[in-house]
Amino acid sequence: MANLELYEVFVRSRRGLDHKHVGSLHAQDAEQALEYARDCYTRRSEGVSIWVVRSRDICASQEDDSASFYDPSDDKPYRHALYYQLPDAVNNM
Amino acid sequence: MSDLTAATLEYATRLGDDALVLGHRISEWCSNGPFLEEDLALSNVALDYIGRARMYYTYAAELAGGGKTEDDFAYTRDAREFRNLLIHELPRGDFAYTMVRQLLVDVFNLLYLEALTQSADANLAAIAHKAIKETRYHLRRSKEWVLRLGDGTAESHKRTQRAVDALWGYTHELFEIDALEQSLAEVGIGVNNTGLRPAWLAQVSAILSEATLTVPKDDWAVRGGRVGYHTENLGHLLTELQFLHRAYPGLKW
Repeated sequence: MANLELYEVFVRSRRGLDHKHVGSLHAQDAEQALEYARDCYTRRSEGVSIWVVRSRDICASQEDDSASFYDPSDDKPYRHALYYQLPDAVNNM
Repeated sequence: MSDLTAATLEYATRLGDDALVLGHRISEWCSNGPFLEEDLALSNVALDYIGRARMYYTYAAELAGGGKTEDDFAYTRDAREFRNLLIHELPRGDFAYTMVRQLLVDVFNLLYLEALTQSADANLAAIAHKAIKETRYHLRRSKEWVLRLGDGTAESHKRTQRAVDALWGYTHELFEIDALEQSLAEVGIGVNNTGLRPAWLAQVSAILSEATLTVPKDDWAVRGGRVGYHTENLGHLLTELQFLHRAYPGLKW
């Protein structure tokens, strides 16, 4: 069908947890996307809450950006917890 | 077997027949749906109905005794022994036809099952409690589709109106009662469906009007399902549904 749009589906499986991305589906509008999400992704009662978002409304970082986005972090080891030596007195953190 | 048990057995079988035959019809959409998501959704609805049929038949088998099982009811009876209302056996038609039938049946089922949850028979009440939740979801879907198709393109409007007109005469049977169901209604086990039509008509008319569709006149009616007089379609449906069991009796997966 020509007028279908792609939606991303997020399901929260239990109270207190975050909504997790579970997949995508086609639907004509958000209301229908919610119904199909129920049929496609929650048949075994996985969910207590569903979000659907039009895929085209998601702004995603691009592969080409990775140099400027992530590489600068590589030479900043102090941003990682492993960089720091724990005093013996602290067993767990 | 007491008269009351025999009547309850027959009643459970009838409700099982309604569910099995419609469930089979909807299952014919599996792999033929208009697109993948709707294909899955329709198959889920079909499974709900087949699950419902199993509950009614299992209860009927328990009442019948003698080692009968749900399979005896589904697979070894001929068309004349089936007691489903005719609207359930009509071929699935196009997608508009399937969704209009679902709407007409879903509104009816919601009213019927609400009443059945009050049944003095604990098993029937329990089945109704489970089924009514499914039906609320089915109705949400069928209502949305009828609105979308009726108030959609010229072509979808035409097909949806055609389906409403073709099905209307089969809806009267939903509200008719025979002596057996009357006797069960009187002792609080069965539902007196004759009183459900005003509420059904009000809900269905409101949805059809919103979908820019015309509510047909009540100038024709077809009946016979509850006494075993069926359209030619049921025999063909059963041929497919019962083939495996008839060819290989007792076959296990």
